Amino acid sequence: MEKTAIKATNLGKKYAIGSSINAYRTLRETISEKFSIKNKQPQTSEVLPDHIWALKDVSFKVEKGEVLGIIGRNGAGKSTLLKILSRVTEPTEGSVQIYGRVGSLLEVGTGFHPELTGGENIYLNGAILGMKKNEIKSKFDEIVSFAEVEKFIDTPVKRYSSGMYLRLAFAVAAHLEPEILVVDEVLAVGDAEFQRKCLGKMSDVAKQGRTVLFVSHNMSAILRLTEKTLVIDKGNLLLRAPTAKAVDYYLSSGLTQEGQRIWQPEEIDQKSHFTPVSIRVLDEKGTVIETVRSTESFFIEVEYLVRKPIKGLRVGIYLITSHGEFVFTSFDMDSTEKFESYAVRKAGLYHSRVKIPANILNGGRYVLGINASSYRIKTYFHDEQALAFNVDSSGAPGTQWPESRLGPIRPALEWEIKKIKNANK
Amino acid sequence: MVSRESRKKFLIMGKKDKDKKSLIKASHGWAALNLRDLWLYRELIFFMTWRDLKVRYKQTLLGASWAILQPFLTMIVFSIFFGNLAKVPSDGVPYPIFSYTALIPWTLFSKALQDASRSLVANRHMITKVYFPRMILPLSSVMAGLVDFLIAFVVLLGMMWYYKIPPTANVWVLPIFLLLALVTAVGVGLWLSALNVLFRDINYVLPFLTQFWMYLTPVAYPSSMVPTEWQVIYALNPMAGVIEGFRWALLGTGQPPGIMTLVSSIAAVVLLISGMFYFRRMERLFADMV
Repeated sequence: MEKTAIKATNLGKKYAIGSSINAYRTLRETISEKFSIKNKQPQTSEVLPDHIWALKDVSFKVEKGEVLGIIGRNGAGKSTLLKILSRVTEPTEGSVQIYGRVGSLLEVGTGFHPELTGGENIYLNGAILGMKKNEIKSKFDEIVSFAEVEKFIDTPVKRYSSGMYLRLAFAVAAHLEPEILVVDEVLAVGDAEFQRKCLGKMSDVAKQGRTVLFVSHNMSAILRLTEKTLVIDKGNLLLRAPTAKAVDYYLSSGLTQEGQRIWQPEEIDQKSHFTPVSIRVLDEKGTVIETVRSTESFFIEVEYLVRKPIKGLRVGIYLITSHGEFVFTSFDMDSTEKFESYAVRKAGLYHSRVKIPANILNGGRYVLGINASSYRIKTYFHDEQALAFNVDSSGAPGTQWPESRLGPIRPALEWEIKKIKNANK
Repeated sequence: MVSRESRKKFLIMGKKDKDKKSLIKASHGWAALNLRDLWLYRELIFFMTWRDLKVRYKQTLLGASWAILQPFLTMIVFSIFFGNLAKVPSDGVPYPIFSYTALIPWTLFSKALQDASRSLVANRHMITKVYFPRMILPLSSVMAGLVDFLIAFVVLLGMMWYYKIPPTANVWVLPIFLLLALVTAVGVGLWLSALNVLFRDINYVLPFLTQFWMYLTPVAYPSSMVPTEWQVIYALNPMAGVIEGFRWALLGTGQPPGIMTLVSSIAAVVLLISGMFYFRRMERLFADMV
C-alpha cells in the first residue's frame, strides 16, 4: 500500500521579527520605509528588519492511517508546521502534497460566539471547521451528548462554565470527519474524565484508518496514541522515529548533559522579576553529576536571580519519568516555617537546594522541570523539560534479581515475614 | 425512498472524492481567485451572516428598530436643513421621501463599508486558527446589512402610501439597482478590509471617506443639479447610478437608465474585480499580520 497522506518537501517559513510582525503598520511607516530604502540602499541592507526561520527545510511523509506525534519545545516550530498543513498560513518555501480533507483542532471553540446558544454555536463552529449543514444536522445529537450539555443547549454559551464550554467546543471538532486530523494540545483542557474521553475519541479516529497528526507536550499521551513521532527543534526536523525512541531522544537531548543546565540570556525574558540561572544535580559531596546512584542521596539545586522583591515566590521542581509521568512536585516554600520567613523574597541571587533521600527512585532516566510562581498571582517561569539525569539502581533493594522493576520509585521498605502457623501434615 | 437516500449518500461521497489531493506552497504575485473554494464554503457565508444578525442588536434597547431609525432620523435632519431651510430642489416630489429613497441604499452601502472593513480584524481569532476562504468575512458583513435594508424598505412603502406616490411601472428593475449597490459595497469592502489588516489607518480614514462619498452621491440633492458635461464623470461613482436608479424606479423622477447607469455599472464591476484580486493577493499575509 503506497498510500501517502501527506508529503512535505523542504518546507520553510520565514517570519520578519521586529515592527512588522508584532505591531501593525501604518501608512506613514510604509511610505517612509520605501523612501529610506530608495535613499540609502547601500547601508540599510543590514539594518533592515531581521528574519527568523520558524521552520527550515523540513521534509517528511505520512502514510494513510498513520498516527504521527510531533514534539518539540515551545517555539520549536510545531505550531507553524500545523498552521501550514491546515492552510492557515502559507509556507515561504517548499511544498506540501496533501491527499484528503484536512480538519484541524488548532484551538477548540474557534468562532464560538458568547451570545449564541450552545445549539447555534454547534452549527456556526461546525461550518467554520468546514462541515456541511446536513452533516452537522445528522451529528447534532451525538455532539450534544458527547459534550454532556443536553440541558443547556438553548442557553447562550456565555453562561456556560468553562468546562462545559470546552467540552462543547471539543465535541464539535471531534465530530468533524476529515481524512487527516491535525490536533494541537487540546488535551490540556477539561477534567481527567473528559480528557480520557478525548483520547478515546482520537484513537477511534485512528482506528477508522484516518491519519492523525498530534502535537502535545504530554509525553504519555504521545506514547499512548502515536506510532511514530517527529522531533522538531529550532525549526529543524531532528528525528523521525518510532515514538518510544523519539520521546527518549527528545527528553535526553537538546536538554543539556553533564547534570546541569545553564540558561542562556536569549532563552529567558530578561525583563521578568525572576530569571533562572541554572539547575543542577549534585552528589553528596556537591559535585555536579549526570548519573546518581539510587542508593545514595543527592541534591537538586536551582540558582536564580530575583530582580525585584516578589511576594510569595516559591521555586519548585517537577520530577518526571522519561514517559512523561509526574513522580512528584515540590516547592522550596512547602514547609510552614519557610512559608512564613520568606513571605516576600527580596531581590538578590539565590539558590534553592533540595535533598532527595537515598533509596527512593528506581533506575532509569528522569526529567526535571522547574516552576517559579506566586500562588494564584503569577507564574514567573515554567519549564517542564529543564534537565534530564539518570538514576543507576545497582545495589538498590532487590537487585539480586537482575530484572527491571515497574514503577518510578524503588523505596527501601521494611517487610515483615512471620510464620503464623505450621503447615498441617 | 431508499434509493433516493442512497443516491444522496453517493453524491456526498462523490463530492468528497473530488476535493482530494491538494498542494500547499508559497504563492507569488497575483493569485487566482479560487472561486471554487468560496463555492464549497458557501454555507459559511450564510452562517456568518446569520451570526452577525443574531448578535447585532443583542443588549440594545431598541433592537432592530435601529435599522429604521438610522435612515429615518437622517431623513428628518435632511428635510429640515436641506429641504426646508436651504430649499434644495427635489425633482417635484416631497423632500422627505426624496431623501429617504436615497438614504436606504446609502445606509446599506455605508454600513457595509464600516462592517466589512473591520471584518477581518474583528475575526482575527478565526483567521489565525482555521482555514476558510477569507473573502467570506467581508461578504457576510455586507449580506447582514441587506436585512436592515429590507426593514427600512418597508418604511419607505409606508411613506409612499402616506404621500400617495404609487410606485412606477419600472419598479421591477429595482433589484438590479440593489445588486449594483451590493457589488459596489463588496468591491470597496474587499479593498478596505484587506488594507485594514496591513494599515489600521483605514479605521480613521473611513469616516471621512464615507462622508465625502456621500457628498459625491445625490443623496441630499438631485443629480440634475450636476452640470450635464460632468454627468458621465459623476457617474463613475457607482452609488450615483444606484440612487438615480432607485428614484427613477420608485418615484419616477430623474432620468431613465442610460449612459449614466452604464458608466456606474462598469465602475462597480471594476471595483469588485480589482477588489477580489487585491484581496486574494494580500490574503496570504492575513494570518501572519492580522
